[in-house]
Amino acid sequence: MSSKTATVAFVTGATVATALWRRRRQRRRKHVDLYFADGSMISLADGTPEAGRLLTLARDVLTAARP
Amino acid sequence: MDAAQALADLTEISSQIEGAVLAEADGKVLASTFSQGVRGEDVARAAAELVRAAEGTRVQDAVGLAQIQAATPSGSVFVVRDDARFIAAITAPEPTVGLVFYDLKTCLRLAADGAAEHTADRARAKKAENGSSTARKSTKRDSDA
Repeated sequence: MSSKTATVAFVTGATVATALWRRRRQRRRKHVDLYFADGSMISLADGTPEAGRLLTLARDVLTAARP
Repeated sequence: MDAAQALADLTEISSQIEGAVLAEADGKVLASTFSQGVRGEDVARAAAELVRAAEGTRVQDAVGLAQIQAATPSGSVFVVRDDARFIAAITAPEPTVGLVFYDLKTCLRLAADGAAEHTADRARAKKAENGSSTARKSTKRDSDA
């Protein structure tokens, strides 16, 4: 394998890895955690219907607070 | 400590909290740190709606919802509640979750203690007032006789 091919493969791999990392990070930044009186907790990740509804309501709170 | 003082202390202590509102369970505002341009009522109403929706996510279990953190890229919404009231706060993205919850719980507890003290004071004042009016009535009766 030539050094040129290796460089292209490295750059492509790094780009894909960065994109995946960013996507995952973005997804992790949007979530809802619910804590219950018995000490249990539910974490709803973005993409689920329940999280979608709650995140919409959370955005309403942020919009009301920062017009 | 009253609700407004508890909220003022909260925003002074916690640099991560941009604003907060303390409200009764039905959304009636008790105190707010938001300026007049931002209506605390709107924030409290939206937060109460969030709590109601979050309560519905665990129908099979009767254990109550105590806290919420909703994280979005533009910021987080926190809600901590007890039986009578809740406090909702907003922060910048990626806050220190544990610290924010700790500060909110402390604020809610102080506000609850203040409300209990206020109720006790009112009960004492009412009792004293009733006592003095009874004494006045008996004095009047004695003078009439």
